[in-house]
Amino acid sequence: MSSLTFSLREAPAQRLDLSPLNSQNLAGKTVAEIERIGLGTTRIRVSAGDIFRVREGDPDSILIEGGAERFDRVGMGMTSGAIRVEGEVGVEAGRLMSGGQLTIRGDAGPFAGSGMRGGTLDIDGDAGERLGGPLSGETVGMSGGLLHVRGDAGARAGDRLRRGFILIEGRAGPYAGSRMIAGTLAIGGEAGDLPGYLMGRGTILLGRGATLFSPSFGDCGEHDLVAARLLASYIAQASAKLAGLLRQPLRRLAGDLAALGKGEILLPGP
Amino acid sequence: MPELTVKGIAIDDTFAEAFDMRATAIVITAPTERWAAQAATTMTGFATSVIACGCEAAAESVLSPQQTPDGRPGVRVLMFAVSTAELQKQLQNRVGQCVLTSPGSACYAGLDSGDDKLKLGDAIRFFGDGWQIAKRLGARRYWRVPVMDGEFVCESTTYLTKKAVGGGNLIIMGESPAKTLDATEAAVKAMREVPDVIMPFPGGIARSGSKVGSKYKGASASTNDLYCPTLKGAVDSALSPEIASVLEIVIDGLASEAVAAAMRAGLATIIELGPERGALRVGAGNYGGKLGRHHYHLKDLLP
Repeated sequence: MSSLTFSLREAPAQRLDLSPLNSQNLAGKTVAEIERIGLGTTRIRVSAGDIFRVREGDPDSILIEGGAERFDRVGMGMTSGAIRVEGEVGVEAGRLMSGGQLTIRGDAGPFAGSGMRGGTLDIDGDAGERLGGPLSGETVGMSGGLLHVRGDAGARAGDRLRRGFILIEGRAGPYAGSRMIAGTLAIGGEAGDLPGYLMGRGTILLGRGATLFSPSFGDCGEHDLVAARLLASYIAQASAKLAGLLRQPLRRLAGDLAALGKGEILLPGP
Repeated sequence: MPELTVKGIAIDDTFAEAFDMRATAIVITAPTERWAAQAATTMTGFATSVIACGCEAAAESVLSPQQTPDGRPGVRVLMFAVSTAELQKQLQNRVGQCVLTSPGSACYAGLDSGDDKLKLGDAIRFFGDGWQIAKRLGARRYWRVPVMDGEFVCESTTYLTKKAVGGGNLIIMGESPAKTLDATEAAVKAMREVPDVIMPFPGGIARSGSKVGSKYKGASASTNDLYCPTLKGAVDSALSPEIASVLEIVIDGLASEAVAAAMRAGLATIIELGPERGALRVGAGNYGGKLGRHHYHLKDLLP
């Protein structure tokens, strides 16, 4: 059975909340019922049928043909199935998702994967700030699953990360892994200022270092870590590049000693 | 005892009687195979019999780097005990004293599923004195304990199985100690190729098979006088005049089928070696079939 497909008619005139378009919500609905689902965020009512041409298909495999920076909350709260967006998306893509596979074939806005608990979020382009992080008032960011960004990520990627993996193939903005509770954040390129700012536990891998390190991290020297081998084989399928960085002696910076100090930044040799 | 003869070797019409046990498995890795084996050897020292050692344990197989979680050489160790509590205690003490202490070692679960879980790193992590850190990778959780040569990585738990069997056995009899040992060693070598079994006695072989009870108060077991060649003329011996030496192989397995497979492999090897170079007769030990629910009849295991 082919995918349940939403083809973009034209660029939306307002920001849209696409969170209703997930497998658990669309199962058992007819195309007509799906077209009546409201997606608007202003007083002007907008339904799915106004924005997309909907083609019947398997609700466990949703395809959104065409993206827009105004497509907010794509895959938010999804628990299973697959959603693929052929284009860019707005804020909070995959927020609070707990299962399934969300693929963005373009850039994602701020708070992608915010508070996600499970499943896999793939972003082919760049991600905005606070990747996986909590919204205001929340105490915990991402707490499970795999978040994979093939491009760059904005500021505070992995803020308040508690569990799970964030893999960024490119560069990251300042304060990557800020306030990390635990979990693993791997960055292939260079990170901005002060990675691991106030992190308590967890692991940050920096493939090309950072523009500025906090003095509250202690240099523990270079080591051939067995734990890094385990990490490498675990992420190898998702990213051979990042796995390769872990298969060599690593300099270990312990910190943030201004906080709990049981976290680490790992740096491949020169 | 009625016998069957296969290629000149007498096979007793009897059976090995074995018991339900609790068992677990772990994988020990190290920078080299030698050090993985050293940790496994140390951990499984004094683990020949539950009678006085608390558990029965031995290295089951050597693992290539491709077969281990961290891509280093490894050894899989099996451990058997009579209760979950005893198995937990033995595992914790032996990993703590013998694997944690071994240079470059790491320790992982050796069973992917089972009837219950045992603490592995969850019991050892306190050695880290607060510096230990955990890393969860999928369904698995690992402890990293700082030690003087780096880090001891240890998976948090391993599984235990309640379907394990202990006490499968073969009794090998020959016309000289040398020929009997040759046949028994050859059998052990073949049985080590069978997965999920160990032969916990020295080199896989026990020379002091026992009977239940003793004339002395307080001794639960004593020498199996009916199988001692030097008592042939003094007791109602089970040995014919030409038998000068008897050795026993005891087998513990994670499942009954594994024990049977090991006994089958051992029998086939002894028979293949023949009476001229090896054993004259093979028997098995039992307690009349009343104590253990697993009975392995030799005639059913012949090649």
